[in-house]
Formats: sequence, C-alpha cells, structure tokens
Amino acid sequence: MGGNARARWALLDLLVLVYALVPVAWIASLSFKEPSTVSAGTFWPTKWTWSNYAGIFRNDDFVRGLVNSIGIGLISTAIAIALGTMAAYAVARLRFPGRNAVLGLSLLISMFPQISLVTPLFEIERRLGLFNTWPGLIVPYVTFALPLTIYTLSTFFREIPWDLEKAATMDGASPFQAFRLVIVPLALPGVVTTAILAFILCWNDFLFSISLTSSNAARTAPATISYFTGSSQFEDPTGSIAAAAVVITIPIVVFVLAFQRRIVSGLTSGAVKG
Amino acid sequence: MIGRTASQGARDERRLGWWLCAPAGLVMLLVTGWPVVYSVLLSLQRYDLRFPDRKAWIGLANYGTVLTSAFWWNAVGVTVLVTVVSVAIELVLGMAIALVMYRTLVARGLVRAAVLIPYGIVTVAAAYGWKYAWTPGTGWLAGFLPAGSAPLTERWPALGIIILAEVWKTTPFMSLLLMAGLALVPEDTLKAAAMDGASAWQRFRLVVLPLMAPTILAALLFRILDAVRIFDDIYVLTNGAQRTSSVSIIAYHNLVSGLNLGIGSTMSVLVFLGVAVVPVVFVKLLGASAPGQDRGR
Repeated sequence: MGGNARARWALLDLLVLVYALVPVAWIASLSFKEPSTVSAGTFWPTKWTWSNYAGIFRNDDFVRGLVNSIGIGLISTAIAIALGTMAAYAVARLRFPGRNAVLGLSLLISMFPQISLVTPLFEIERRLGLFNTWPGLIVPYVTFALPLTIYTLSTFFREIPWDLEKAATMDGASPFQAFRLVIVPLALPGVVTTAILAFILCWNDFLFSISLTSSNAARTAPATISYFTGSSQFEDPTGSIAAAAVVITIPIVVFVLAFQRRIVSGLTSGAVKG
Repeated sequence: MIGRTASQGARDERRLGWWLCAPAGLVMLLVTGWPVVYSVLLSLQRYDLRFPDRKAWIGLANYGTVLTSAFWWNAVGVTVLVTVVSVAIELVLGMAIALVMYRTLVARGLVRAAVLIPYGIVTVAAAYGWKYAWTPGTGWLAGFLPAGSAPLTERWPALGIIILAEVWKTTPFMSLLLMAGLALVPEDTLKAAAMDGASAWQRFRLVVLPLMAPTILAALLFRILDAVRIFDDIYVLTNGAQRTSSVSIIAYHNLVSGLNLGIGSTMSVLVFLGVAVVPVVFVKLLGASAPGQDRGR
C-alpha cells in the first residue's frame, strides 16, 4: 500500500514538474536553434548553436539594456531598502499615531494600477527633464518597491526578540542605537530576502520602462527585447529574443533557487499573517 | 540622562516613529498623490501633444468620449474576462499544486523548487515563449493544431493564450500563498476527522477549506488586483490586435502612439476608480464572512 501511495505522489510530482519546466525548456531550446531551423517547429533543436547568444552580446542596445536593468534595479532596491527598513522598524516596534496610516498607504500603493501613474508621470517627467533617464525609472520603482519592503520587513522584524532591544536601552543605548546596533544585525537575513524581492520587482517591470523611455539611455532589458528586429528584414529575431529572454531570466532564477526558503516565507508572510 | 519620565520616553518613541516613517511615506505620497491629482487635471483638458496649441479646459468632455467608445468598453470587457477566468483557474490549479507540494511523499524539495521557476521568469520573457510556441511553423504547440491555423490572429484563441500565459506565470505565487495557509491547518483536527470516517474530499471541504478561508480571500484579492493590471502578456502576444486590448494596453496606446494626454489621463482616472472598487467589495465580503466563521468554529 505504501509503495502504491508513493507511486501516486510521484506521478503527481511529475505533472507539476512538467507544468513548471516544459515552457522554460521550450524557450531555452529555441535559443539554441540555428536560425534556419527555427521554422521546423521541433521542440528540441535539430542543430545546436551558441550564435544567438553571441549575437545578442554583440548588440549594443541589449548590452546597454542589461546595464540599465542592473544599475536601475540595484539603485532602486538600495533606496527602497534604506527607506523601507526605517519605516518597517517603526511600524513593527514603536507605538505612535500614524502607524496605521503608513501601513494603509503602503497597502493602497501595492494595489495601485501602474497604468494610472504612467500617463501623468510621462508628462511630469517630460517637464522635469527626467523622461528617458535613470532617475525617471528609479522614482516609480522605489515607490512600488516600498510597500513590499515595508510589509515584508515589518513581518520579519516582529519575529526578532523585543527583549534584546529593551536590554540595550537599559544599558544606556538610545532608541536609535538600539536600532542600529541590536536590531539591524538580527534583521539582516530578512533585509537580504526583502532586497531580492524588491530587485525582482524592478527587474521584471515592463510598463514603466517602455512608457518612460525613448532610447537605450535608460530602457531596461525587458523593454529592449521587445524592440529586437533581425539584422535584416528577412532575418527572423526569434532566436535572439529567446536567447535574451533566457539571459534576463537566469539571474532571477538563480536568486530564487539560492534563497528559496527565505523567499517563500517573505512572499507569503504578508498574506497569511497580515 | 538618567531618570527620564515615562511620558518623555513615549514622546521620544513617537518622534522617532515619525522620523523613521517620514521618508518612505513622503516618497509614496508624492510619487502617487501628485500624479493622481495631475491626471485628474489633465483629464479635464483637451491636450494632444501633436496639437499643443489647441490645449483647452473642456470639463468632462473627455469622460464622455471615453465612456461612449466601443474600444474602451471592449477593453473593459477583456480585462474583466481575463481577470475572472485566470484567477478562477489559478485558484483551483494553485490549490492542487499547493496540496501536492505540501503532502507529497516523494521529492518534495524538488517540486517546491521547480514551482518557483515560473515565478522567477520575467513576464515578458515567458510571454515570448508562449508567443513562439503558438506561432505556426515555429511552435511546438502550434504543431498540434490543424494546418493553417494561427491562433494568435483570431480573437478567442488569442484571449485563451493570453489567459494561459497569465495562469502559468502566476499560479505558483497563488500556490505558495495557499501552501502557507495549509500549514496553518492542525494535523490533529484532520486526524480526528479521518477517525470519524470523513473521506479525503470531505476532510478537504469541511475542515481544510473553512480554516483556510482567510488565506484564500487574501490570495484572491492580491491576484485580482494584480490581474486587472495585465499589460506585459498582451503587449507581447497580440499588442491588442483582434480586440484583445486590456484597459492598460488601450491607455498605453493613447499615450505613446496617440500622444493624447487628455484621453490617456481620463483612462488612467477611470482605471484607478474601477480598481478602487475591488478592495471595497472584498472588505464587504470579508466583513460578511468573518462572523460566519466565528459561528462555525
């Protein structure tokens, strides 16, 4: 009977694995196909090649898009974490009027339809000279990363033992010293997890990037891909797009798998406990 | 300063709380509040960047234009359809995957890791995968269709593929939330129910589901609010052709291709108002279900 149950679970596992992995395998396989064999329609390449990868790294727009994605993502994450850590600490640890307003505002913004910001930001950024610049994307990215940061971090912070902070204040530390010297080191794992989630959010964005840029000066990689054309009008960009899709996906998948347990708890903490 | 009074401490705490929250709060308020007000103002003007001299205040005329437009209502219909169908599928499929991840006796770690991969993929990257999978000649899935069919160029098949792309990418998130909810169901209660002769389906329906109700509602709210924003998948798969535009797509095209800030802002305001209704409905729903739960327990 036990063997039977194991076999049944193994079958269900297999179904889940097929669901999760087959579409990924398809994109990867597409990226290794010789351009002339793409239209054969086979699942696996008939002729394997690295040329699609070599091609996109010779494409200045894509390389520039990657640089923009990494730079804008890292800066936005750093700012969101800096501001979010302070707010999350206050929300988790301190009693002050306005605490619920901060949480409410965060919740409101996390539900906010981004498209409603795109039109006015387009005009505002044009007037301020922020259109098509790094800060022009960092500003909305920080704004949308903040609610996630505040929620996730405040859940992590609530799990840190209160008493240590009290002990520090008893020993003469100011509330700020207690924050900096006691809580921050304890909270670091939570901060790292949250930073990864915030970075994924920025890295994944397409709408702001495609609406608030007009050249490769600030356009991030996902938006750059949508502008791919073959090197001549007769060349199909399928292989290059697939290769670029794999390249921008790899760092996130590596992050997610490396920090699997923490990311799952970070993702779900807000919804289940909050 | 030894011997600080308690009220001094409370005042310090309050001041520190405000100082720590101020930067984040200001950024969030400024970057969303100002544009929202600004888009309301823009929506009351005739403002087309191609004809800047003809800019004028025209009251609610833009709202009249948008609300009588068949394209707009079609986009509203597509957005609602895609949201309802994909979230419904995600709930059922997500629950099934959550149960497998939570209960399986074999290779649990492998399954849990694999499920995170669709979550980790950049939406645009996954959307291109689906697009090529259904492109005649190129795609492995298109190969299963009768010769000559091009699903992405027909309305209903295209909508089906949009829903498929959306469901595939976001179900893992749903199932992670639901799995966390499953962990809150006490094993003892399940064992007791089994002893009383409840079948697996009865245990799921009568014990697990009621205990998970808050988690399910929270997951549904998250996903609905996320699904109504759908943009990336449609942009890549059809770019709104064959009347598959969502409200985000149609507003984007008015802005970037049309350069019509007045109409674009009007759509922004309408989307904002429309989306604001969802949590209100949910709070009502949650408010209605909470007392019922108390009675049930």
